[in-house]
Amino acid sequence: MTTAKTGADLRIINTTKRFGDFVAVDDLTLTIPAGSFFALLGPSGCGKTTTLRMVAGLEEPTAGTILIGDEDVTWAKPYKRPVNTVFQSYALFPHLDIYENVAFGLRRRGVKDVSKTVEDMLALTELTGLARRKPQQLSGGQQQRVALARALINQPAVLLLDEPLGALDLKLRRQMQLELKRIQTEVGSTFVHVTHDQEEAMTMADTIAVMNAGRVEQLGAPADLYENPNTTFVANFLGQSNFFDGAVSDRSGNYVSVTVQGQHVSIPSSRVHTQGANVHVGVRPEKLRIQYRDDAQVNDNDNRLEAVVSDSSFIGVSTQYLVDTRWGQELTVFAQNTHRDERLVPGAAVVVSWAPDHTFALDAAQDVDAGVEIDEDAATPDPIGVSS
Amino acid sequence: MSGGAVAATAVEQRDIRSHPSGGGATESKGVGTSKWTPYLLLTPGFLWLALFFIVPTMMLLMFSLYTGSLDQGYSFEFPGNWSTYSAVWDYRAQFFRSFLFAGLSTLFCLALAYPLAYFIAFKSGKWKATLLVLVIAPFFTSFLIRTLAWKTILADDGPVVTFMNWAHITNLLALLHLTETDRVLNTPLAVVLGLTYNFLPFMVLPLYASLDRMDPRLVEAAQDLYSSPWTALRKVTWPLSLPGVVAGTLLTFIPAAGDYINAELLGTTKVSMIGNVIQDQFFVVTDYPTASALSFVLMLTILVLVFFYVRRAGTEELV
Repeated sequence: MTTAKTGADLRIINTTKRFGDFVAVDDLTLTIPAGSFFALLGPSGCGKTTTLRMVAGLEEPTAGTILIGDEDVTWAKPYKRPVNTVFQSYALFPHLDIYENVAFGLRRRGVKDVSKTVEDMLALTELTGLARRKPQQLSGGQQQRVALARALINQPAVLLLDEPLGALDLKLRRQMQLELKRIQTEVGSTFVHVTHDQEEAMTMADTIAVMNAGRVEQLGAPADLYENPNTTFVANFLGQSNFFDGAVSDRSGNYVSVTVQGQHVSIPSSRVHTQGANVHVGVRPEKLRIQYRDDAQVNDNDNRLEAVVSDSSFIGVSTQYLVDTRWGQELTVFAQNTHRDERLVPGAAVVVSWAPDHTFALDAAQDVDAGVEIDEDAATPDPIGVSS
Repeated sequence: MSGGAVAATAVEQRDIRSHPSGGGATESKGVGTSKWTPYLLLTPGFLWLALFFIVPTMMLLMFSLYTGSLDQGYSFEFPGNWSTYSAVWDYRAQFFRSFLFAGLSTLFCLALAYPLAYFIAFKSGKWKATLLVLVIAPFFTSFLIRTLAWKTILADDGPVVTFMNWAHITNLLALLHLTETDRVLNTPLAVVLGLTYNFLPFMVLPLYASLDRMDPRLVEAAQDLYSSPWTALRKVTWPLSLPGVVAGTLLTFIPAAGDYINAELLGTTKVSMIGNVIQDQFFVVTDYPTASALSFVLMLTILVLVFFYVRRAGTEELV
């Protein structure tokens, strides 16, 4: 077994995992660079946890290769891998106190004097003073930090985090997100974080791989994924999107012209992710600008639509409008409450406009609703193993 | 009579084991319950214990100090007939044998039951319920019949002993004085095997209960933290199953130490246990005071052994 002082690259090559007829992970190839904070994001059953368990050695791949640094660990036993896991339910040893839980990995590797290392790790995770408590005497957030300390103390080349914050309440989760990020920067290990929570993934990760049905839908920096999704699944799973059906009328310039219900819409060619003639034209609700129709001012190059407000709800920082287009499609608009226009009540005629650079176009063959409302069971932890 | 002693010690043992949780239960009061409620709830159990355990134990103690015989009648003469307790020294070999055989069969039970309970708890999948029923299936047949069946299994010309003779296992075990050179029946091994067989379910069930409660992810966590499967068993699974081990060993050792059926049916007078002596004193010799004294000492000894064992195992520390 190797211990790395810093992280190592993790490469998953053409890896497949089947459970009977069910393909949990489908020919997955991923390279996770050393020292990065990488998130595997997706709904339950998308194969993200199975991927993690294959890296940890708790599941054997049906086919494929897994490399850590230059070492092929595909068939290595879990206890011979330079990898440690923070389990979803923490899996702390109930018969050992916090100190011994944290020292467990060091002791198994025959490290003679553990006290300095353990105390440093307890300090890093702000657990000093709880060393002699038993896990069941700790709060959820403290248990989570013990689980992290127990894994991190071994200086793994790759640290695997399986929905590590899933059992915490919202406020604590926010706090731990920042905490994890701080610790990762401090220790420099490669972190691979599995989550179904898009906000969590975007807050923490440098790079996100959005997984769906055993495959990676899209990989990139959080902002890139959000601003320029390649599939309807990504567009819906990360945030919300409005979609129109459109037909490409001109591809010649830097901007592609698309006709939506007889109206011209332009999209930068780098944001058109299909060669087909029919597209889903997408735009995020917060990119839309809503104005009262009689005195609307729209930039010449912006895309514009006429609509009627059907509903408005005040959310505090913003107001959410539902508007109906001429052809009866409902759009969602998030407007910052900087200059609230009191005239925008249900029934008001409005103009909705947005910049071409905020528009994206996806293959019309894709399901417009893919990835929508997928996290309604967000609070339910996955059962072990197969589910995700 | 030894049956009575066994029942009495079993009750006592339950009393000891329930102590930590029992203490906690009376402390926490639910909403709208009077402070007398816990005592009220304890009353039936206490009355039962008083009537069928404390009173008989006192009677047993009294009887052990009586003078006389069945024909002439028994009477108590102050300060009591303490000479009955000299029988304890006379039968020290049987006492020793009882604890030795009970200890050996408890170890055998543990060695057999642990892998079985582990398998049922973690690996049996949809067969779990079926396997558990199979564990208790022997109880559907009489204890006596099943013990008698071992006479056939261990018969001199039976396949088991024939094989053991052929493989020189009997010779090897004879060196340890567990068998004779060419036979198993009527030797210490036969009695130990009988005890092991009869009390195995009492070991399997508590072990299963404590293993089944364990989160299998703890083993994964141990392996993730550089433990080989063997180390994970030693450092995680075993310590977490200790409450089951303690319960199982007590449930096996205590009745086995007072048992006389196995020694009676599978052994000879040369390998008799204290249970056999007590039974003889009561029903053959009809020396009730001596039988009572022996029963009382047996009970006391088991109580002391259990007390130290439970203290040492320290079950309160465990979840």
